[in-house]
Formats: sequence, structure tokens, C-alpha cells
Amino acid sequence: MTTTKLSPIETQSPAVTKESEEVLRYYSATQFQLIWWRFQKHTVAKIGALILITMALMGLFAEFFGPYTGITRDSEAVLVSPQAPRFCNDDGCSLRPFLPGVTSERNPETLRMEIKIDPSIRRDILFFVEGEPYKLLGIFEMNTHLFGVEEGSVHLFGTDSLGRDVFTRVLLATRTSLSIGVIGVIIAFFLALIIGGAAGYFGGALDYGIQRLTEIVRVIPVIPLYMGLAAAFPVEWSSSQVYFAMTLILALVGWPTLARRIRGKLLSLRGEDYVVAASLSGASPSRIIGRHLLPAFTSYIIVDLVISFPYMLLSETALSFVGLGLRPPSISWGVLLQDAQTVRAIEQAPWLFIPAAFVVVAVLSFTVLGDGLRDAADPYQVSG
Amino acid sequence: MEKRKEGSQDNLLEVKNLKISFKTDEGIVTAVDGIDFSVKHGQTLGIVGESGSGKSVSTWSIMRLLPKNSIIDKGSSIRFQRKSGKTVEITKLKANSRELRKIRGGEVALIFQEPMSSFSPVYTIGNQIMEAVLHHRDVTKEEAEEIAVDMLDRVGISNPRQRFKQYPFELSGGMRQRAMIAVALSMNPSLLIADEPTTSLDVTIQAQILELMNELQEDLGMSIIFITHNLGVIAQVADEIEVMYLGKILERGTTKDIIKQPEHPYTQALLKAIPRLDHLGERLTAIQGDIPSPLSRPVGCPFYTRCDDVISGVCDVKMPEPTQLSDTHTVYCFLHEEKDD
Amino acid sequence: MTDTLLEIKDLKVHFPIRSNQLFGGVTKYVKAVDGVSFHIEKGETLGLVGESGSGKTTVGRSILRAIEPTDGKVTFNVDDESFDLSQLTDKEMRVFRKHMQLIFQDPYSSLNPRMTVRDIIAEPLVAQNLATGKEVDERVREAAGLCKLNLEYLRRFPHAFSGGQRQRIGIARALVSNPQFIVCDESVSALDVSIQAEILNLLMDLQEKLGFTYLFIAHDLSVVAHISKRVAVMYLGQFVELAPTETLFYAPKHPYTEALMSAIPEVDPDIEMAPVHLAGEIPSPINPPSGCRFHTRCPYVKDVCKTDVPKWEEIEDNHFVACHFADTLTLKGAEMPNSVDAD
Repeated sequence: MTTTKLSPIETQSPAVTKESEEVLRYYSATQFQLIWWRFQKHTVAKIGALILITMALMGLFAEFFGPYTGITRDSEAVLVSPQAPRFCNDDGCSLRPFLPGVTSERNPETLRMEIKIDPSIRRDILFFVEGEPYKLLGIFEMNTHLFGVEEGSVHLFGTDSLGRDVFTRVLLATRTSLSIGVIGVIIAFFLALIIGGAAGYFGGALDYGIQRLTEIVRVIPVIPLYMGLAAAFPVEWSSSQVYFAMTLILALVGWPTLARRIRGKLLSLRGEDYVVAASLSGASPSRIIGRHLLPAFTSYIIVDLVISFPYMLLSETALSFVGLGLRPPSISWGVLLQDAQTVRAIEQAPWLFIPAAFVVVAVLSFTVLGDGLRDAADPYQVSG
Repeated sequence: MEKRKEGSQDNLLEVKNLKISFKTDEGIVTAVDGIDFSVKHGQTLGIVGESGSGKSVSTWSIMRLLPKNSIIDKGSSIRFQRKSGKTVEITKLKANSRELRKIRGGEVALIFQEPMSSFSPVYTIGNQIMEAVLHHRDVTKEEAEEIAVDMLDRVGISNPRQRFKQYPFELSGGMRQRAMIAVALSMNPSLLIADEPTTSLDVTIQAQILELMNELQEDLGMSIIFITHNLGVIAQVADEIEVMYLGKILERGTTKDIIKQPEHPYTQALLKAIPRLDHLGERLTAIQGDIPSPLSRPVGCPFYTRCDDVISGVCDVKMPEPTQLSDTHTVYCFLHEEKDD
Repeated sequence: MTDTLLEIKDLKVHFPIRSNQLFGGVTKYVKAVDGVSFHIEKGETLGLVGESGSGKTTVGRSILRAIEPTDGKVTFNVDDESFDLSQLTDKEMRVFRKHMQLIFQDPYSSLNPRMTVRDIIAEPLVAQNLATGKEVDERVREAAGLCKLNLEYLRRFPHAFSGGQRQRIGIARALVSNPQFIVCDESVSALDVSIQAEILNLLMDLQEKLGFTYLFIAHDLSVVAHISKRVAVMYLGQFVELAPTETLFYAPKHPYTEALMSAIPEVDPDIEMAPVHLAGEIPSPINPPSGCRFHTRCPYVKDVCKTDVPKWEEIEDNHFVACHFADTLTLKGAEMPNSVDAD
């Protein structure tokens, strides 16, 4: 957009030189830089990204963030409702949050244990306390937890029917659910890239055959497939084996959609003038793919991947929820939601549904992030 | 069909100080920077300009068809004389007011460059014409159908009754453009705005469409605003021409004035830049530099950055005042302002 | 002729239309180019005009084998050798590409937005290993300089540039491998008028300096007339006339050419256009009319036109026509405008 010849008038004007620096940066920016700058304008997408990063970190260091382990049972504190930390009581307010004292009594009528709150007792919430030991990242042995109490227990999200702290379990579930989503998508992506890529680039009979294969795979009814596969999981399999098998299954069922999209993108890119120009410059097919097509691809693929995560996530959650996926003692959002399947839970312990909120937030965040990325990547704006 | 008085004194459309800007991510962009023009009854005004000249935007504003992020300056005035004789200030009408909707299509019609995207692909051509007719006229469905078929015939589409039942994709480019003209004319508008209507057509089809438009104008006495970048086309259809550049009008006059005696350096340069059959093989005179982006609009006369006759200290400071060269011919250029003194 | 760079004989490009049935084979073809023969001399510009469905773009691209011809022979003479392009293998063709290039119509889609200008221009050299290291940079700079591109621009990406500048980048890319032959496929059609002139001048200057041979494909007749030494007119996949520019424009021998010339909008309001009326619409290239393809629309049609295909003959020096009545018809050319333009 700049003139090739600057008339004497323009060189004297200070406004032009200042603009030129910024403008120069813009002109020399690679596609990724442009996408990054455009992404900065999407506040909602950035919030989504932030939420996901926070979730990922909390999931990764779940044992640290949670006051207990996922399997610590407290038979005294079964189905305890969430305890919100307070900052003020009759004696005054403080910076340090605390919990009131609790005693459990048996209700003579319903014969259930009930919690009574004793506001006179104050239990400070301490930070960086020593608690139950664990292995951070599976390697480092530690026993420091972010927060905890000395007397009694702190259950931010309440406890479940076995007295386990829901907060810690939700964090642990975050790790599992998110990682299954990520790994599943990555495996599906590689399959899709090879299969869809071959179809899109070479066309012809290969394309035809792959298309039909894709259709067959897609046509297979998913729920009976999962049921059959779940039944086929040997009972002896450890939870980690089931975990990997689940991820693999999700990937095998998920690749057709991605493959379709990759094929579509490739077909449209192949017709682009600059790709024709490359072949007219004498570039070999491998050079065209590597130097011209793939870079064009990457921004689209990143967007496709981010958008695919929610599907994987929801699939795993749904399957585990109905018992066809992960099983206890594995902890995922879907597994946690299994506990919420009873009427008792709905009536008396609605906090058991909190994992569902996490699922919703995670899916929304991925979707919003994906939208923001797509907007930033798609119209690689041409000036003029 | 009414016939207007040719060359009657009051203008059908008078636009004064039209200023249109857009709110974009990069800031406020001025697309049209304070222009005046008018259209007489039964005459064709040709607007010629390159990209970024603002030629399309300025005419869409007549029908208030600008996108939501557009701002029409408060000082702008668009006065349109309705068929009833009453003059209406378009800028004061509420967007989508009843009166505006009556004017749109009923008295001012618009045809575009790409006829394929102007028609809905899921309705037949006839259906779409009928819809327009039923919207504006108080007639029955059968009567509307007759009007539509008649219109298709008028614009030179063979077998109009058959074509009536066809979908847009079944028609060729030339026929679609004719059909679009049929839609536009079904209401007998007093003003037709044609935005690059022949740019995407083959040259033989273009000639036919231009001939058709000339005929219809004579028969119906309607005024036309014809927007194009093609000087040959405009020389053939326009009675008056205005030359736009980067949101401003640089020169205005009758077709003869502009083509035979262009006075603005830009107009002269344009005429020297196009290949002409009588100057075959001669070197074309290119205009140095590029059209500035509307984001970095030059101060003063927008053309100074590329003008061979630029006067530094004068042209880059403010926009020249209009110089009246004759009854019909006006130019906005300091070269002439000085001579005036 | 030893000066002939390209000899095209009976070129055909038919695109198959797959039938909708599952196992149906190909039953119909779009005969985009249906038997075209001509030659191009070294250093000349041959213009090629035609309306939609004429096949002119397909001719250009199939000579380069960007689209594979269905039939016909394309002979390219370079370095005192003759090459039959249709016989070259894919690998040989890739090597041969350095002799011929294409300048695209759309300056916005013909440059890879993810490559720097320097890399874009260097591609023909790098893809075929025609130069390495410093030599690549030197040749890129030379090409950029010839196209009046500021060397600063080489580091930037296409999004920094206007249409005219991008087109110059495309031209630099086309000439960096020192080709003999360049196809200009509507190369100025997408540009503003003032920029168009610049690019046309550049193309003509480069031809004078470096001796390129151009096949200039366009729909704007004045532009083609300006740059071409000879012009060919296509209709529905075939050539109907080929003649030196002034002859074609002012003394055409084919009715279709006459119709085209009469339709050119003159930049002179005193000249009233009287375009020839062609009946009907352009027929479908899937099922072209029998005999002379133009007979369904020709104002001079006679019975013989409906049954017999007219021969492509040289009726005057370097003037070829395919019309049964080329000798007898007196046709009108374009209007000679009065050159009374003010300055």
C-alpha cells in the first residue's frame, strides 16, 4: 500500500515515519504472527484459553491443590454438603478464611447422620499444610497440600457416599478427562492426516476408496459398538489399560470426521492459484505438499483440533457415565457422575453434580477458544 | 407507464455534502468525503472511479443500504423527489421506516454486478419478480404474474412464460442480468442505480444490455446512475459524468466535457492510461504510485501523491474549491483555481 | 519457419463429465478446446480473445500442461531443438518448465501468503535446483529490479502489497528462470485502470529488453489490441479467425469477429455504437452445433453452414479464417475513433 516513490512532501512529514515503523512490522509479519495479533482482539476466546490453562494446571497438580487424596474415606463425613469458607463470624472478620466447627449427630427420625454447625468453634484454613503423601507428576514424593485444616476436615465441594472429598476427586478427574480428550484427538488426527491427506492430494481411485471406507466407519452405530467393546474389556485389565484402550477407541471412531475435513481442505487448497504456480515452477509433488500445502494447512488444522476436543471429552464423559467407559477406581468426570445417578443424589446431595459443571465449562471454553482461533486464522486478511 | 418531463428544472435527486464513514477494527475510515452531485429527470449520471473511490458506497446510501457500522455525517443531505412530487430528505428517515421501504424498489431500484448472487437460488425468477410487484402494488396474484411476464418480455427475454418458471441457475449470465433489470423495472422506478451492471458480462452481451438500458430509459423516462470503471461504457451511456477518487469528486461535467476536454490531471491521466484503438501500440501513460488506502488518506487533494502537476504547500494542505469552467463543467483543482484568480 | 517458437497442431481438451450412476462410466465431455492449430513466432505477442465458453484460458493452460491435453501436438523449439511437449514424462516436463511460465489473473490468490516475496520469486530456481546459494539471491534481485520492485520488499509478505505490486511480484517470478515463453492469463483484468497501464507497459518493456514471447489471453479487446502483434478469436472451443491486429480489428473476415468489434464500447461519445445482433445464446460446449459452430447465431447463416464444417484456411498473408463465405462477405470492423482527445 505504500507508494514506491516518495514525493519530497512526504519525506518531510513526521507522521509518515512514525507510521512506517508499525507498518513495517506488519508487513514483515509471518502468518502466525498475524494470527496471534488478531487473536488478541478476541477477549472471550482469551478467557476460554485462560480457563483451560487453569484447568490443565489444576489437573496436572491435582494432588497438591486438593486437601486429600482421591480415595481417602471418612466414614464420619458421608454425603456432607459443601462447606464454604468464611471470613467473618460473630467475633469479627479476618483475612484468613476459616470454617465453623461441625459435629455429626444421628437424626432420630430419618436415621441419617446430619451435620450440625457450631459457630463458636473456629477452624482456620491453613495454606501449604502437610497432609497425605503423594507423588507429584508421578515422580516427586511430597506431602504438602495447598490448603487444609488441623481439626476435622474441609470439603469445598462436599463428600460423596463413601465420604470421599469431592473437590480432590474432581481435580483428579480433570486430569483424566482432559488427557483422554487430548490424546484421543492427537491419535485421531494422525490417522486422519494420513488417510484424508492421501485422499485429498492424490484423488482418483484412491480418493474414491477412502471415501467409501470413511462412510462405512461413520455408519457403524456408536453405542452398540462401545457396548460391545466395553463388554470385551477383560475384567482383569487395570484401570490404566482400560484408559488407553478407551482413548484408542475414541480415536478410531473419531478419525473419519477429521479426515473428511482434511481432505476437503486439501482439495480446495490444491486448486489455489499459488499451488498451481508452484507446480508450474517445476516443484515436485513432495515439495508442493511440504513447502506449499502443509503450511497453509497448519492454521486450519489447529483450529480443527481445538474444536474436536469437546467431542472427545463429551464422548468419554458420556460413556463413563453409563458405565461403558472408565470404571472405578479410575476417576474421570463421567465416573464421578455415576454417583450422581440416584434419586438420593438429586434430592439430598446435589453437589455430586458439580463435575457436570466442569464438563460444561471445559466444553464451552474449548468451543469459544476454537471460534476465536478460527476467526483469527481464517480470513488471512489481504490489504486493499 | 408515466413519462417524465425531459430535462425539467427540478432535479430528481440532489446530494449535498455527503460524508460516509465506517467503524472498523482499525479505526474510523472515511469512504466518501463530502461530495455534491445531482441527477436530472430522465438523464443518466455516470460515476467513474477506481477502487476506493467511494462510488458504490455513495449510491447505496441513497437507499440507505449501508451496513450497520456505517455513519452518514449529520451535515449530509440526500433530497429525493418522489413520484407524488413531494421531496424527501433521505438522511432524516428512520432506517426501515415505511416511507423508506416504499421508496426502495418502488421508486428507486438497484441492480448489481453479479446477477447470480442477487437472486435467491431457491425461488423461480418469476416468483421473485412477482414478490416485488406484490410488495409495492395493490394487485392480485394473477395480475402480478402478468406484469412479471410482461416485464420479462420487455427486457428481451425470449419465451417469457417459460422463463418465468425457471430458476436463476438455468439462465445464462446475460439473461440473469436482464431478469434483474426486469425486477428493478417492474415497479417503474424513477431512478435506477446500476452498480457495475455489465462488468462481469461478455462484451457482446454487454452491448445488448447497454442498448436495452438506453431503450428503456427513453421509453420510461427514468433516470439512471451508472457506476463503472470502464470509460468506454460510460462514454456510451452517460449524459453527465462525475469522476471520483478516494471519496471525493474531482471533476464533473457532460460526457463531452469530460471525455473531450478533461481538465483535472486525474481525468486526463485516466484517459491516457486506457488502451484505445486509435493509439494502438503507443506507450500507455501510467499514473505513478498506488491508490492510497482510505486508512491513510492524504491531507488536502487526495490525488496529490500521484499528480505530475502537484504544487507542494498547496495541494497537500486543503481540498481545492470547485471551479466552474462552464455551465456544465466543474473541476476541483488548484491549477484552475489559480487561473481563476 | 525457424523463427517459430511454438507449433500447436489440433489441440483438444475434453473434460469428462461423470454420470451420476454408481457404475456409470463417462458418457459426456465438455469440449473446452476442440481442435485448435496455430503457431507462435519467437518474440511476438499473440493475443487470444473470446467470450465465456470459448476455451481461451484452457488453451493457455494446456499448452503449459497445467491442464493435460486430451489430444494434439505441442512442439516447442528451444536451443535449436524441437520438443514435443505431449511426449515428455512428468519428470522431464518439470525440468522443461523453466522455459515457459504463467502470469495469473488474480494477484491475491497467486502468491503464497506464507512465503516471503524473496522466496516466492526464487521458487522456480529452487524447485528445480537451477541455482544455489548466492546465485539465487542475485537472480531474485535482478528479477525484482526489472519489475521495479524495491529491494526492501523482498523481506515482506504478500499481504503488505497492493494488486499492482503483487502482479509485479508474479511477473518477477515468471521471468526469474529466463523462460522463452510466458502465458499471460487475463493478467491485467483484475487491476484498476491506472495500474493496468503500468503493468502493460512493464510487460511490453520486458519483451523489448529480453525478447519474451507472450500468449496474451484476455476478454478486453482494446487491451489485447494494444499489446498484441497478431490476435486470434475463439468461439466454443475453436479458432474462428487469426490475423495481424489491425487487420483483425478493422477488416475482419469472420462474422463473429465482426460482432465482437461492433460491441466494443468506444471512448468517444460522438460515435454511436451499432452492435451486431447475435441470435440466441452461446450453445453448450457439451453438445456443440453441427457444421459451423457459429451457425446458430450468425446473421449471415446459409444452409451449408448447418451441415459442413468450414475449413481453417489462410485466405490472405498470415490471415486465417474458418468461414464458408470468407471471400464473399464484406464485414465491418471496429470504429476508427477520432483522435481528438484534449490534453
